[in-house]
Amino acid sequence: MLINDGIPTKEDLAKVMPSPERLAAGPVSIAECFQNIPCNPCVKACPRNAITMPNSINDTPQVDHENCNGCGVCVGKCPGLAIFVVDMTYSEEFALVKIPFEYVPVPEVGQMACGLNRSGEEMGWFEVEKVISGGKKNKTYTISLKVPKDLAMEVRNIKVGGYK
Amino acid sequence: MKQIEILVVGGGPAGLCAALAASSLGAKVLICERDDHPGGQLVKQTHKFFGSEKQYAGDRGFQIGEMLLEKVKADENIELWIDTTVLGIYEDGIVTCEHDGEHVKIKPERTIIATGAAEKFLPFPGNDLPGIYGAGAVQTLMNVSGVKPAERVLMVGAGNIGLIVSYQLKQAGVDIAAIIEGAPKIGGYLVHASKDVRSGIPVLTSHTILEAYGKDRVEGAIIAKIDDKWQPIPGTEQDIKCDVICLAVGLSPLTELCWQAGCEMAFIRELSGHVPIVDDYLETTVPGIYVAGDVSGIEEASSAMVEGRLAGLSAAASLGYGKEEAPELQKAAMAELDELRAGPMGERIRMGLEKVAAKGGAK
Ligand SMILES: Cc1cc2nc3c(=O)[nH]c(=O)nc-3n(C[C@H](O)[C@H](O)[C@H](O)COP(=O)(O)OP(=O)(O)OC[C@H]3O[C@@H](n4cnc5c(N)ncnc54)[C@H](O)[C@@H]3O)c2cc1C
Ligand code: SF4
Ligand code: SF4
Repeated sequence: MLINDGIPTKEDLAKVMPSPERLAAGPVSIAECFQNIPCNPCVKACPRNAITMPNSINDTPQVDHENCNGCGVCVGKCPGLAIFVVDMTYSEEFALVKIPFEYVPVPEVGQMACGLNRSGEEMGWFEVEKVISGGKKNKTYTISLKVPKDLAMEVRNIKVGGYK
Repeated sequence: MKQIEILVVGGGPAGLCAALAASSLGAKVLICERDDHPGGQLVKQTHKFFGSEKQYAGDRGFQIGEMLLEKVKADENIELWIDTTVLGIYEDGIVTCEHDGEHVKIKPERTIIATGAAEKFLPFPGNDLPGIYGAGAVQTLMNVSGVKPAERVLMVGAGNIGLIVSYQLKQAGVDIAAIIEGAPKIGGYLVHASKDVRSGIPVLTSHTILEAYGKDRVEGAIIAKIDDKWQPIPGTEQDIKCDVICLAVGLSPLTELCWQAGCEMAFIRELSGHVPIVDDYLETTVPGIYVAGDVSGIEEASSAMVEGRLAGLSAAASLGYGKEEAPELQKAAMAELDELRAGPMGERIRMGLEKVAAKGGAK
């Protein structure tokens, strides 16, 4: 369970998953943030106001998946590195997964990086499609990874270094 | 003897915000900070902070510290003494400190104590071996001195500090064998825990350290699962090889000066130790002495900054500054504190503060 080992369960994830229809319609953000903590940079980050906290800063973020266009701005702004963007329409075979990343070295576009799941287990090697720097002050990178569709909801990190 | 309207002891987020708030109403302030670099705990925090935009959430801790420090340096009402340790507060209101290697006496009209907290230690066999550090020391080595403090670390404690320092160690290229936690639940924010776990750092709750071993320094530790009475379960022992054991088992308020000044104190578990009894404006039972930040109960930088602001406003207002605007500003600060503490994570703090109020604090 999340509270014992830090790994969200299927039930946890089901609560924040966009609908299959929405996933089939293009990139969309998934906020894997399940605890009522006093935090809200995600709300301020979204240019479309798609993330809200109806009652207070202690709410968990509510993402309006219909309004979200998957731009990924929130991914690099969340201090908990808890928001990801998944694009199931990237190609026939691959989904694109946008992952926040704060380690060095940062992989380069075109390199292969080892993907990790929510337990830190290796899931295979995936091509880095895009790397966006969070800028001098923010520093969090957003890495776009080409992941086979059946692993798009598993891969949530990359292993530091050893890129090929 | 140095005369000043308001003396702030400690240049962490609480102290810096207290000084800025008092000055904004027109009071003259002196900050004494024992370190050569003000900012307190913020100096070591390379991660992005939580809280709301009002408390600079999303910025990294050290950036918030630098920003506050620049404001303080640019403020003509504020004098900042670094390398200055406040040693004593006497009943006649005289404060003594060591400043530039000399003993200096200060006579402030109001004093705000914002000395923060000290790390707790944990008793276990072998805990005197070289290679066992508090999380604060590890952070200083790594984030301030730029030294890689270990090859492989066992972290003890899954509160926010244990979770965050593990992440920072991993960022510095250090391997984390595991984060162990005696309680059955992770105490820190789960987003921090998930971030660690997905980087390959296991979090083991209901686990404790039985002993550390090594010839001249730490070479490893024996850990074991514990039952609901905190007793080790035989047969669950694991041998963890590591060259550093990092303890992140909590902080306790650094209250020596409050005791010395004669403030009424109470042991409040929820606030992590003995804390001074205060009223709604953060004034202690000794008139003219205020407290703000972790010294009045271990909390967060976000709340420390707002408490600092409230104490600074209140101290300045009590000297007659800001008659017009002070009440409004004080009310806003109190509302901000309520908002920060409103959620389930704030429950412990709310309970602690209720106990303080029940002891005769709140007016
Ligand atoms: C690893 C870690 C991660 C954290 N992450 C977060 C986070 O994400 N968000 C958040 O809001 N908070 C966070 N915090 C908590 C936050 O840093 C503290 O709550 C906050 O710094 C408390 O502020 P303070 O001013 O009360 O005390 P401190 O920051 O401890 O400052 C006290 C200052 O007083 C000085 N001092 C002490 N005694 C004397 C004396 N006798 N004379 C002169 N000077 C003295 C000290 O040198 C120090 O500079 C974190 C803390 C740690 C350790
Ligand atoms: S991906 Fe873009 S539109 Fe969607 S929630 Fe994040 S910031 Fe808003
Ligand atoms: S910014 Fe991140 S951690 Fe904070 S509430 Fe939003 S999703 Fe959760």
